[in-house]
Amino acid sequence: METLIAQFMTKYNYWAIIGLIMIGLYAMIAKRNLVKKIIGMNIVQTAVILFFVSIGAKQGKTIPIIAYGHGDGGHHAVRAIDYINPLPHVLMLTAIVVSVATLGVALALAVKVHRLYGTLDEDEIAERIKES
Amino acid sequence: MKYLAVITILLVGGLLFYGTPDFPAWGDPQSPASRHVSPYYIEQGYEDTHAPNLVTAVLADYRGYDTMFETAVIFSAGIACLFLLRVYRRKTSQTRLYRHTLTGVTLRIAKGGKLPEGSAEFEQIDSLWVPYDMIIKVCSRLIVPFVQLFALYVVAHGHYSPGGGFQGGVIFGAAIILYAIAHDMRSGFRRLNEKVALLVSAIGVLLFVGTGVLAVLLGGNFLDYSALAGLLHTDAVMARSHGILIVEIGVGLAVMAVMVSLYYILASAGRFDEGL
Repeated sequence: METLIAQFMTKYNYWAIIGLIMIGLYAMIAKRNLVKKIIGMNIVQTAVILFFVSIGAKQGKTIPIIAYGHGDGGHHAVRAIDYINPLPHVLMLTAIVVSVATLGVALALAVKVHRLYGTLDEDEIAERIKES
Repeated sequence: MKYLAVITILLVGGLLFYGTPDFPAWGDPQSPASRHVSPYYIEQGYEDTHAPNLVTAVLADYRGYDTMFETAVIFSAGIACLFLLRVYRRKTSQTRLYRHTLTGVTLRIAKGGKLPEGSAEFEQIDSLWVPYDMIIKVCSRLIVPFVQLFALYVVAHGHYSPGGGFQGGVIFGAAIILYAIAHDMRSGFRRLNEKVALLVSAIGVLLFVGTGVLAVLLGGNFLDYSALAGLLHTDAVMARSHGILIVEIGVGLAVMAVMVSLYYILASAGRFDEGL
């Protein structure tokens, strides 16, 4: 029990992310409505983005913008330990916009399905396909 | 079916929980992700590119190839949406609603009736009748210019403060979407046509790729902006800084146009006449 509490105090970010991934996966698997599945997919994407950003954090350090970097502030030695890791932020910056774009494509597909079958319910769509 | 899903998710979650002790602690400066390339980026980034915002430096310079294809993904998502939903034969709706702007009287014109097209006194309104709301229109007219100005600031100041092409492009697109929501979709088209929007996104991607190709033609590697130094009349490091700015403008154009055209396509379900 002691170790579990210690684990929680140092790694609670992963626990929250795993919770989000489970919620999103549940929506993707169990929900019948296609729009709800898309929302579940977006929740999983958000969880992955949070995972990457939390990996780059350093306790008590500042954002990756060099201090005194504006104009001639004199030469200050830059130590990597003073700034949080910029790499996950770069990767997730593009991933957020790409996730919005893929969300648009998914919604367009849902609109197309609704136009073809008149419903967004999986089971009803399967019935319509069987009938035709 | 539901129970099966719950069991599967509990299994996946249990596996992930089982793996957490091997991960580095929250905020650990010695975590594996912070030990390989990122110290180089932080310590050498400013000397290499003269961009204090390391996120921008890594995004557009060190990992420019990655960002170029991310922009291409966004562009192709916009194109895919258009091809999925576009209605080619535009059906004119049976009846159209027009509002007399001076008196606020709404006219319903049946099919075959004479449409007051081109008259300055009448404006077409959506077939789902929307009342005239002055407060929303005036407020959006006040907000939109400042949002656009802020978007330009975010793009142009991406070297020195949090910002860059992706964020600025999204803010600019949001301003145009706000305008189109507050008025109606047709007045949005008058500001930024749906065809122009996709053309602008193509120009944005072209600007990014063109900068890379220009560097090759001037004797450098692909996307190595220091080769542009002679063209920009600066030294190699400042040339990389300017190259980042050019590329960020391309990204901003592409993102802005794709956001706007995604809204147009989805809100009007591909018909481009009315919506929301």
